[in-house]
Amino acid sequence: MSHGGEQLLSPVYGLMAEFDTPTDVLAAAKAAYADGYRNMDAYSPQPVHGLAEAIGFHKNRVAFVCLVGALLGLATGFALQVWINLVAYPLNIGGRPLYSWPSFVIVCFELTILFGGLSACIGMFALNGLPMPYHPVFNVPEFAAATRDRFFLCIESVDPKFDMTGTRSFLEGLNPESIAEVPY
Amino acid sequence: MSDNHPVQNANGTEYYQPPVLAPGHTFETITDKISAIVLTSGISLGWLALLAISAGVAGLLGIAATYLLYKGVGIWGINIPVGWGFAIVNFVWWIGIGHAGTLISAILLLLKQSWRNSINRFAEAMTLFAVMCAGLFPVLHTGRPWLAYWLFPYPNTMQVWPQFRSPLVWDVFAVSTYFTISLVFWYTGLVPDLGTLRDSAKNKVARFVYGMLALGWRGSARHWHRYETAYLLLAGLSTPLVLSVHTVVSFDFAVGIVPGWHTTIFPPYFVAGAIYSGFAMVLILAIPIRAAYNLKDFITDRHLDNMAKFMLATGLIVAYGYIMEGFVAWYGGNPYELNMFMNRLTGFYAPEYLGLVFINIFFVNILWWPKVRRSPVALFFVSVVILIAMWLERFVIVVISLQKDFLVSSWGEYIPTKWDWATYIGTLGFFFAAFLLFIRVLPMISIFEMRDLLPASKPHEVEVHS
Repeated sequence: MSHGGEQLLSPVYGLMAEFDTPTDVLAAAKAAYADGYRNMDAYSPQPVHGLAEAIGFHKNRVAFVCLVGALLGLATGFALQVWINLVAYPLNIGGRPLYSWPSFVIVCFELTILFGGLSACIGMFALNGLPMPYHPVFNVPEFAAATRDRFFLCIESVDPKFDMTGTRSFLEGLNPESIAEVPY
Repeated sequence: MSDNHPVQNANGTEYYQPPVLAPGHTFETITDKISAIVLTSGISLGWLALLAISAGVAGLLGIAATYLLYKGVGIWGINIPVGWGFAIVNFVWWIGIGHAGTLISAILLLLKQSWRNSINRFAEAMTLFAVMCAGLFPVLHTGRPWLAYWLFPYPNTMQVWPQFRSPLVWDVFAVSTYFTISLVFWYTGLVPDLGTLRDSAKNKVARFVYGMLALGWRGSARHWHRYETAYLLLAGLSTPLVLSVHTVVSFDFAVGIVPGWHTTIFPPYFVAGAIYSGFAMVLILAIPIRAAYNLKDFITDRHLDNMAKFMLATGLIVAYGYIMEGFVAWYGGNPYELNMFMNRLTGFYAPEYLGLVFINIFFVNILWWPKVRRSPVALFFVSVVILIAMWLERFVIVVISLQKDFLVSSWGEYIPTKWDWATYIGTLGFFFAAFLLFIRVLPMISIFEMRDLLPASKPHEVEVHS
C-alpha cells in the first residue's frame, strides 16, 4: 500500500485557480514560477502564446521527432526502390539502367512526407501523454469551461513548495475567479 | 483581426473591406454558435431531404460499381484507342478539387492568412471526400478492383514488385500519402474541438464518443506548445505535398509520348487548375451552408471575395496554359502536335474544347468585378460553371489526345455510356452525402482557431518580479 500511503500524504492532485482572460492566466503563471513553483500546468481553450514558457516548459521535441521520421521515410523510400530494382526484381525498362535514381525521386519524396507527417502527429500525441481519457483535472466541475472560454492554472501537490493553506493564499493573491481543490 | 474600418487603396480612395469575423463575438459565443449546430438533438427537414437525395444518388454509384464487378469495364465506353475515358477524367477532376482544402489549411496557415481559420475545417473535409471519390476511379478502372493491393509493394508469392519507373506507381504513392496526411492534419485540427464538444454535450452517448475521439485533450499549456509545433510541421509538409500531388497526376500524362500529353507545362498548369476548381467547390459548399446555418458572422463576404480572387488568379494561370499549348503546337513544328491541336479546335469534341476555352479564358474574367465577388448568388453560379469547365478540361486532355494519335488506322471516338454517367454522378452523391453527415456530427468551422481570431485571445505583456 505504498501508493495509498502517498495518497494519504497528498489527498489532492493540486489546487486550481480559474481566470477570465489569457492575460490573467499568463500573469498568474509567471507569478507562480517566480514564487518558486515548478510542478504546475496551465489550461486554456486555445493556445496562449508564452504560457508554456511561463510555466517553465522549453523542451519541445516534436520537431526533432518529425525530422527523424522524415529522414527515415526518405531512407525507406530509397532503399525500397534500390533493392527492388537491383536485387529483388530487376527489369529492363526501355534500356534504362537498373539504378535509374531520377525516377526514384518522387516515391522518396512522398515517403519522406508520409513518415514525417505521421511522426509529427503521433509524436506530438505521445509526448503529450495522450490518449489519456481520465485525468484528475476533469474532476473539477468548473474545468469543463477550459475548452470553452476559461483559463486555469493548477499547482500540483507534488511540487515541493506545495502546501494546502500557503498555496491557496498565494493563488488568492492572484485574483482568480475561483479556486478549487483537484481531487484524485 | 476584424479590421472593420475603411481601407485606403493606392489612389487614396477609401473602400469598405468586410471583416474576417463579425464584431461583437466572445470566446463563448463563438464556441456556442459552432458547437450548437452539432450538439442540437433535432434533425432539420432540409438536411434530411438533402441527405436522402444525395444518398439516393450515391446508390447509383453502388449499382454501377456492382454491375461493373459483375460484367467488367466493358460496360463503360472505353476501348482502344481511348482506354482512359471517364475513369481518369473523373479521377483528375476529383483530386484537383481536393487541392483547395489543403491549400487553405496548409499554405494559407504558413502565410499567416488568418481568414482561412473560418473555412479550413470544412475545406479539409471536402478534400478527404474528394480524394475518396478520386481514388475510387483508378481502382475500378483496373478492372479487378479486388486486387487493388497489388499496386503497393509488398512481399508476395508471385515474387513480383511494382515498376518504380512508371508515373502510375508514383501516383499510387502520391495519392495515398496525400489522403493519409490530409486525414492526419484534419484530425489533429479536430482534437481540441472534440474536447469542446465532449465538455458541452448533454447527451451521454455524444459525450462518450466525442470524449474518446478527443483522446483526453485538456488544453494544457505544454500540450498546446507541442500541438502548435506539430500543426505547423504538418502544414509545412502538406505544402510541398499538395503541389506535388497534381504534379504527379500530370506526370501520368506528361511522361507519355502522346501528342497533347507530352508537355512540360503540365505540372504547374495542373496544379493551378486543381486549386481553381477546388476553390469553386469550396464556394459551392460555403455559400449554402453559411446561409442555412446562419454563419455569415464567420464566413463573411471577405471570405467569398478572397476565394474568388484565388479562382481568378489560378484561372488566369490555366488560361495561360491553354494559350501556351496552342503556341507550342504552332511553333513547335511537330505535325502530330499540330494535328492534335487542330483536332481539338475542329474535331469531334470541338464543342467541349471551345466551351472550356470560352469559360476559362474569357468568362472567368467576370471575377475582376467586385460586385460579382461579393454576391453569393453570382459566385455560386460562377463556381458551378467553373467546375463544369474544369471537368471539360480533363475530358479534353484525356480523350482528345488518345482519340487521334500517330496512326490513322487506330483513330476512334469515345462515347460515354450510361454506366460512365452513373458512376460519375454517383460519386457526386457520395461526396455530398458524406459532407452532409460531416456537418451534422463534427464542427464544420474550427472553434479554437476562430477563438484565436479574437483580439482578446492575445495576452497583454505581463511583467512579474519575484
